[in-house]
Amino acid sequence: MATEFTFPESAAKTAGGVQAAPPEFQTERMALSMGPSHPSTHGVLRLQMELDGEILTKADPVLGYLHRGDEKIAENMTYNQFVPYTDRLDYLAPLANNMAYAIAVERLAKLEVPARCQAIRVLTAEMARISAHLMGLGAFGLDVGAWSVLLYSLEEREKLYKLFEELTGARFTTSYTRVGGVTRDVPEGWLGRVSAFCDQFLPILEETLKLLTRNKIFMDRTVGIGVITKEVALSYGLTGPNLRGSGVGLDLRKDRPYSGYENYAFDVPVGTKGDCYDRYLVRGEEMRQSVRIIRQVIAKFPDGPWYATDAKRIFAPPKEKILSSMEELIQNFMIVTEGPQIPAGEVYFEAENPKGILGFYIVSKGGGVPYRLKIRSPSFCNLSILPKMCVGCLISDVVSILGSLDFVMGECDR
Amino acid sequence: MSAAAVTALKAQFPQATDRASADHLAVNVPLGDLVLALKYLRDARGFDLLMDMTAIDWAEGASPRFTVVYHLLATSEPGTALRIAANCAGPDAAPTAPSVVGLWAGANWHERECFDMFGITFIGHPDLRRILMWDGYPYHPLRKEFPLAGIETDLPVADIEEVTGTRVIAAPMAGGPFVASTGEVNLTDAEPRAKDESWSDRQPQPGQTELRQMKD
Repeated sequence: MATEFTFPESAAKTAGGVQAAPPEFQTERMALSMGPSHPSTHGVLRLQMELDGEILTKADPVLGYLHRGDEKIAENMTYNQFVPYTDRLDYLAPLANNMAYAIAVERLAKLEVPARCQAIRVLTAEMARISAHLMGLGAFGLDVGAWSVLLYSLEEREKLYKLFEELTGARFTTSYTRVGGVTRDVPEGWLGRVSAFCDQFLPILEETLKLLTRNKIFMDRTVGIGVITKEVALSYGLTGPNLRGSGVGLDLRKDRPYSGYENYAFDVPVGTKGDCYDRYLVRGEEMRQSVRIIRQVIAKFPDGPWYATDAKRIFAPPKEKILSSMEELIQNFMIVTEGPQIPAGEVYFEAENPKGILGFYIVSKGGGVPYRLKIRSPSFCNLSILPKMCVGCLISDVVSILGSLDFVMGECDR
Repeated sequence: MSAAAVTALKAQFPQATDRASADHLAVNVPLGDLVLALKYLRDARGFDLLMDMTAIDWAEGASPRFTVVYHLLATSEPGTALRIAANCAGPDAAPTAPSVVGLWAGANWHERECFDMFGITFIGHPDLRRILMWDGYPYHPLRKEFPLAGIETDLPVADIEEVTGTRVIAAPMAGGPFVASTGEVNLTDAEPRAKDESWSDRQPQPGQTELRQMKD
């Protein structure tokens, strides 16, 4: 008996969330494992798929290949010793993670850092956002077959890395913040070099985005693909560009400002359809807005101390003071051996990171070590929507979807 | 807005009490009211985003031993946040809590993680499996009695063994991360070092498997 079996358009199916219609003849579903080592799974995500022809009928993400037990480790070390572990959460934007963690602990200690320290943190977080979005953009382009975008974005990232290195001493694992401040003040002339970077970056960003925004192949592979409606995005706890791409303008930098974000003017881009293309557009615009913020920070860069000078039991003073004053030497010694002294209590602080909202929930019983530290990782929550999203898609659409969700497994698995 | 929500919540659920918190308003609710309270907050008070869900282990012998904590956010009035906590029921070895997957689909993975890390069973969860550790892993690592350095276990390679006839022996673990012991008077001991809590000469390694002894 001849049976007609047509493959419905995947875009329409994704939008409706409809399962593939059961064929009239007996067919076998195929199990296919994508990852953990696959170029488009951005790290070590494994997708256990069930296929009907080329259409997914089931997708089960398998996580944990990068699980290091960061939360267990945090319970066993002082607050400052955990800073390097935050670098390795979203390792594309370590400076933003450092800042989120430091503010979380400071909130628990009811400690306000000076304006200059806040400005440095905002500046580095926005630079980290540009760097993370560039990588996300380059990898997304690469996934859907646009090679050259990656080359442009890596070149710009390299310039940012040079600036990070000059400021923090490391290109990648910056460990820049401490509870109550940062490790060092900005070097001489560094702000001018950041400014110069911004000036030359904007035209290059436009050129890079131009490679994709009206690109026929890119649009074919992203417009109408992987649609996430507002309601679905909220029920799965999506945050960051993925939520804003679905039309919810939640940006904690605006809605619950921290570290002085209320002093800077910037816009929050939101998408209208919630497809892969919208998420791409949101990230592109966020980079322009980050440049806007950076320029404002530099324009009104405050003078004054760059660490909390009154927090004697929390922030170890800079080296030159340790070597010249007995009191500060003792202060440094106590903080290094005992850890910063944080009062008992619990706090949950969330920061708007490049991948979404990064939260730290800290339960303290007092002293230098947290009793429980939970990391709310944006990539973990953003990926939890995959089993719902992928059903009814083509395999090639899954690649677009993964690229557009822009996750980092180091953060997802913790 | 969160203050009004807390007042309304307490009027609805008289057993709810204030919880100490350094930032957001926080409320303790009895476990039996948990799902209804969260549903009320979502539907009537606009807390439409479940930001985070986790558990705390208050150490062996503590009563209650486990507490589940929910962080909510209202997107209609952005920046409004609320923390809801409830103590788990059941014995220490098998604590339970009701599942909220029916309210927020995103709770699915959070509850799987809690089950994986603490061994809390979420009643009504559609697919309660481990998520970060592998299926068949015997421990719950975020419980306080679990050593930082880990416990050696067999790797899940039954299928490989069946096909190839080879047994896989896990590489020895190297002692866990470097940590400092605070409050240590002897400065040599206070220096950051790996805590070899599971296989020093003085203390036999817990969970040493038959497989490993065979190799020795």
